[in-house]
Amino acid sequence: MSFSEFLYMGGYGFYVWSSWGLFFLVVFGNLIYTQSFYRRTLRETRNFLKRSRNKS
Amino acid sequence: MNRIVQFFHKTVSPEYFYWLSGKLIPWFIGIFVVVLAFGVWGAFTAPTDYQQGESYRIIFVHVPAAYMSMLIYVCMAVAGFIGLVWHIKLAEITAVASAPIGAAFTALALATGSLWGKPMWGTYWVWDARLTSELILLFLYIGVIALYNAIDDHRKAARAVAILALVGVVNIPIIHFSVEWWSTLHQPATLSKLDQPSMHPDMLRPLLIMIVACTIYFPGILFMRIRAMLLRQERRSRWVARLLGEEGT
Repeated sequence: MSFSEFLYMGGYGFYVWSSWGLFFLVVFGNLIYTQSFYRRTLRETRNFLKRSRNKS
Repeated sequence: MNRIVQFFHKTVSPEYFYWLSGKLIPWFIGIFVVVLAFGVWGAFTAPTDYQQGESYRIIFVHVPAAYMSMLIYVCMAVAGFIGLVWHIKLAEITAVASAPIGAAFTALALATGSLWGKPMWGTYWVWDARLTSELILLFLYIGVIALYNAIDDHRKAARAVAILALVGVVNIPIIHFSVEWWSTLHQPATLSKLDQPSMHPDMLRPLLIMIVACTIYFPGILFMRIRAMLLRQERRSRWVARLLGEEGT
């Protein structure tokens, strides 16, 4: 099978590749988003602790 | 018996779980990526379907997504129930943290389903039992997220969310049996009878591998979310101060 045939997917290329694209987008997008959410929370928590230490 | 109880209490303490999950996450994500690579390879080397042609390759993402949408819902409801009954903070957070992950998989199942429906049924959407009950599942997840954000007190919010999640469990068997109870465009289940699968082994194997990959992915991403939520909710506690103090603020 040639590469263009592979992309064509027997005429269903659009449906097959959008489905797989969405799958990878959701799975890896979620990982990247959650990692940045964690980093942001870590930063905010550090700032919170610094502020409360300065107050006391 | 006493030791088991002690072990349980240690594991569900926020401080210990934060440490433990930090160690486990790279393993879950790493194994997930390896298994996923096998699944993708298998999905595109499997033979072509004699009825649906190449379009059936959507099944390798659609079925795992739909399966995850229900698995995560059940996990969320069980965690919510445990939190509700025993007031375990980690269980409450687990329930709340599951919702956005489950919602993402539900949306993915609906989207890949309609991308499969268009070439096979000639339409992106029909209001039949399987599709409608899966859409209701998405609304339940969105309801859980919205309800949690609407209540300021984390503990009270988690309790309200647990009750909503438990009521919504009734939808899970409806989704599962919808293809048997009502006449529908949706094809019958591929996997409900593992002893006599309705799929050729060369197609079934990559499908099962994709499902295993997603099942390993779930605790990885869930623990990442839980860690962030634990930090935020426990920021006044001694263990967070100790942890972040040692890292040098």
